[in-house]
Amino acid sequence: MPVARLVAGVDVGSTAAKAVVLDTASRAVLGVAVTPTGWNPRETGQAVLDAALREAGTGIDRVVRVVGTGYGRISLPFLHRTVTEITCHARGAHHLAPDTRTVLDVGGQDSKVVAVDERGNVRDFVMNDKCAAGTGRFLQVMTGVLDMTLDEMGDAALRGTPMPLNSMCAVFAETEVIGLIAQGVSKDDLAASIVASVARRLKALTGRVPLVPGCAFTGGLATNPAFARIFSATLGLAVTVSDMPQATGALGAALIAAQDVAVGGAGGV
Amino acid sequence: MTWESIERLKTAAERNALAISEVKAAGRKVVGLYCLYSPAEIALAAGAVPVVLCGTRNDPIATAEQVLPRNLCPLIKSSFGFAMEGSCPYLSAADLVVADTTCDGKKKMFELLGEMKPVHLLHLPSTPSEEALPFWREQLSGLVKRVESDFGVTITDQNLTDAIKLANRERRALKALMDLPQMEPAPVTGMQMLEMLFKLGFFADRETIIELAEGVVNEVQAAAKAGTLPERKGGPRILLTGVPVGMGSHKVVRLIEECGGQVVCMENCTGYKKADLVAETGDPLTALARRYLSTPCSVMAPNQGRFDLLEQLVADFRPHGVVDLTWQACHTYNVEAYKVRNFLRDKFDLPSLHIETDYSEADAEQLKVRIEAFLEMIG
Ligand code: SF4
Ligand code: SF4
Repeated sequence: MPVARLVAGVDVGSTAAKAVVLDTASRAVLGVAVTPTGWNPRETGQAVLDAALREAGTGIDRVVRVVGTGYGRISLPFLHRTVTEITCHARGAHHLAPDTRTVLDVGGQDSKVVAVDERGNVRDFVMNDKCAAGTGRFLQVMTGVLDMTLDEMGDAALRGTPMPLNSMCAVFAETEVIGLIAQGVSKDDLAASIVASVARRLKALTGRVPLVPGCAFTGGLATNPAFARIFSATLGLAVTVSDMPQATGALGAALIAAQDVAVGGAGGV
Repeated sequence: MTWESIERLKTAAERNALAISEVKAAGRKVVGLYCLYSPAEIALAAGAVPVVLCGTRNDPIATAEQVLPRNLCPLIKSSFGFAMEGSCPYLSAADLVVADTTCDGKKKMFELLGEMKPVHLLHLPSTPSEEALPFWREQLSGLVKRVESDFGVTITDQNLTDAIKLANRERRALKALMDLPQMEPAPVTGMQMLEMLFKLGFFADRETIIELAEGVVNEVQAAAKAGTLPERKGGPRILLTGVPVGMGSHKVVRLIEECGGQVVCMENCTGYKKADLVAETGDPLTALARRYLSTPCSVMAPNQGRFDLLEQLVADFRPHGVVDLTWQACHTYNVEAYKVRNFLRDKFDLPSLHIETDYSEADAEQLKVRIEAFLEMIG
């Protein structure tokens, strides 16, 4: 039996790095790894790829092609090619759930809505990368203010009743929340308000690229079901947490690598 | 891609700042124009030299922010910053500055500019209708009188008609230049085109502009005929629409081309909006009023002309996608972006990417992700 040829996708994001190792022919996922992005995206990228290879029980010598994505992609020396996270998320989410028509990705640095066609190609997209409000970064700042973890914030938000936060800007919202703490508003209500404000920001994005049923929720936030529940309620549409919420982009990158090999683009490492 | 004629143009442009001071030393007047609504013909008819003053560089913005609010269009801040610093040789040379009441930010900035420079303000109607035409003609007639009295000259109808003919020859030359990328692949890059159009705006002598532009057209067309066009990898053809761009505010054009796209046409004031001719017969001021009022800028409501122009350009340049550029805090282009996007999608099934940015490099990496994803999508 010939030795299976493997491909890999590496996604170095602002808060986490992810890698996926695939069997080229069957597209079976053999290894997945997620690690926090350190201060050196290049070392992180190498480490997360090594971890995914270890999980797959194999070595880099079996890998014929690596595609990179995420904001740290430019600093990875071992890539054959880079593809943006928008294209990769679409491809990955569509592979996991072929009826996916929209991807809602909330990442550490940006959030995006991507419209996907029946073949997993991007039809349209809109991105918020200008402003921390509406991204994971905003929630992370707020976990500091409320002194709880992101998971605890999700759970607290489910218990609480949201009230409007007026500030449009993450920095001022922080001041506003500190003021509300001083007024004795409960942490649950504050958590609910904060998550709701992110959801409203996401809703603003959907004016340009409407959410349609078959909405996959990806990104680190999607690992906590509380966020999906609150977003579904605000957006008025069921958002389904992707099977590999954090590694969807890396999976997409690996799928593109496999496709490259299939059309004869493999170079070998 | 290198073309001898483009190198010649760039070399000739190096003398521009010097040429303006020579022209002044020789006793000619200089008229500064900020906007495509200001007719250069009136300056030409007075024997003066028209120059474009629209600010396209990032460095004077910090200076401007000492006076202007930060949350203002970078074009306005850049223009005003140059005036505060006295760092633009063309503005320093200007004996009269012509300004138009276009968008809110610009017209209020012009009030402040009036404290530093002699400014003649043209009151631009907010609709390009027949009813507005007589009013606008009166405004232009007021500018003629101002130029006559400031410069001690008389402007006859014949002077105006001659100026219209000269400016039309320049427009034909620029249009032929801007039409070159209709070829596939485009024989010049978007960055080359941008640089040429920008630099041509600062020549003191119209005949030089015409000759240099025609030189590039002739060289490229001759190569196309002889089948000796340089090899060039295609890449998605992009139509750029929206706000004016120049050297210093060329970030998005540069990024599109770095990511593998080709900017083949610019539907903006620094590009194709310049190409429309003025009628050479009849009352010259009415002809000027009619042509200039029909400039399809988003300050007009409604702005049907822009959609007509886009339709023509989509047919002529066959783009794969459109990038719609808005300067931060430019409300009129920003709001119109929604209509542009729907128009392109519904009428031509053409994808578009709307970008809102300023002159700084701060967001270059983020923009690159969007532009790359857009090119991946249409490629
Ligand atoms: S975009 Fe409008 S306001 Fe600005 S220079 Fe052009 S015509 Fe004038
Ligand atoms: S780009 Fe917009 S805001 Fe800026 S000067 Fe032109 S019309 Fe005004």
